[in-house]
Amino acid sequence: MKSNIKAYFSVFRLRLITGLQYRAAALAGIATQFFWGFMHIMVYEAFYENAMGTQPISLKQIISYVWLQQAFLVFIALWIRDYEIFNLITSGNIAYEFCRPCGFYGFWFAKLVAQRLSGATLRCFPILIVAFLLPEPYRMTLPPDFLTFCLFVITLVIGLLVLVSISMLIYISVFITMSPSGSMTTISIIGEFFSGMIIPIPLMPSWLQKIANYLPFRLAADMPFRIYSGHIPADEALKGILIQLAWLLVLVLIGKISLKSITKKIIVQGG
Amino acid sequence: MKTIKLYFKYLIILLKSQMQYRGSFWLLALGQFLVPFSVFAALYFMFERFGNIKGWNFFEVALCFAVINMAFAVTECFARGFDTFSNLVVSGDFDRLLVRPRSTFLQVLGSKFEFAKLGRLVQSATVLIWDLVNIQVKWDFFKIITLIFMIAGGVFIFTGIFILTATLCFWTVQGLEVANILTDGGREMSQYPLSIYRKWVIRFFTFIIPFGCINYLPLMYILERAEEKRILCMISPLFGILFLVPCLFVWKAGVRHYRSTGS
Repeated sequence: MKSNIKAYFSVFRLRLITGLQYRAAALAGIATQFFWGFMHIMVYEAFYENAMGTQPISLKQIISYVWLQQAFLVFIALWIRDYEIFNLITSGNIAYEFCRPCGFYGFWFAKLVAQRLSGATLRCFPILIVAFLLPEPYRMTLPPDFLTFCLFVITLVIGLLVLVSISMLIYISVFITMSPSGSMTTISIIGEFFSGMIIPIPLMPSWLQKIANYLPFRLAADMPFRIYSGHIPADEALKGILIQLAWLLVLVLIGKISLKSITKKIIVQGG
Repeated sequence: MKTIKLYFKYLIILLKSQMQYRGSFWLLALGQFLVPFSVFAALYFMFERFGNIKGWNFFEVALCFAVINMAFAVTECFARGFDTFSNLVVSGDFDRLLVRPRSTFLQVLGSKFEFAKLGRLVQSATVLIWDLVNIQVKWDFFKIITLIFMIAGGVFIFTGIFILTATLCFWTVQGLEVANILTDGGREMSQYPLSIYRKWVIRFFTFIIPFGCINYLPLMYILERAEEKRILCMISPLFGILFLVPCLFVWKAGVRHYRSTGS
């Protein structure tokens, strides 16, 4: 067990170092993200200008929501795919992966988490720092108190694990469909929509919000971001953590079980 | 005429190869439909909640949405070769295109046509039809022409941006995703009438990348809100079409530079 954890950790470190080397691409990405952040905020601003009556979420909270989305995009976007895994499956080299001494699921899980962590650490600080320094009304706001901030960090991290467990299921499904891009696009769109990335969940009509609340997609993005701005109060945040952990357990279990049954009858393409 | 025939031959070969994986094709097309559909759904819900955006109502904005998405969909299908041009240069395949007796422009154009991208076209055409039924506009011959020019202008603008980005590949393949600001970003921005944004945004997207010519100006003409210079508003999409010309010059210069560096 201990050697397993050590192995996972070194994989983690390796991925982190490789990720940090892609600095040029990261800079270009940051520029792009600022553009998207500004654009979204301008659109919300324009909508809120004519808003009659109070809205379920304030413009200030929407602004921090938008900047958090951009800063932690790598944490919350389902469509970031590891082509390495896809190629291994479709080429048949995946057979080598099963020869490793540590568990396949855990190995890839750690790899994916490390990928996203390294990607996000590169981008979140520059984006957040600049977002705090922007002129009104674009400026990012601080969380109401320290407890809120702690809850935010906790839910963000657990949310990341939930998201990775969802993406693991997508990768596992490629064993069955042998087509990475097709199912990936459709599931990513649904996941993106119900995580509040296309329209913030509080701005959805109530029937749609109910659907979003039953799905796990909001747990990685919408929930932590609303906890940050105080839109979700502390007591509800604690309930949210329990929901996150429950989903995490379920998704990991489904992932491990389906992987086991698949490896039993694996069709290795290309002999 | 020969070149057009050749282009269609390319297309048929590509269609046949893509249809080999039937299930995958339809899943991809569905995904391509769902992407703009989800954006449109979000637009609908926002209007349901807010009623209007800076004086524009839902169907007026939906018209902008339909126009820009149709233009983008058509361009994505046809000019995909330029969109993925970096692969061609990095793999060295572009050199093979250079030695062939046909224009490089045509070959890059014919190198890719992803039929699944038509899913986006289906979605935006549906929105357009729904919108035309519901929008409060007295249509006449000139307004319909303007609408067609809006879409055509959009196609030329996006194609021009694709070509410019592809030309960059002759010098570097790093950091090209910034060009997404102009393509994906331009599309997402132009789904609203540009007047909702700040002044500097409107100016950039009217004079440098002329989205304003296919968005705000002709829209004012169609909605009969243009108080002065009505003719100018009506023909403004033609400026969008003209945008392609300097892009082609840049492309030619890029190809010349690539050749002369003795790749």
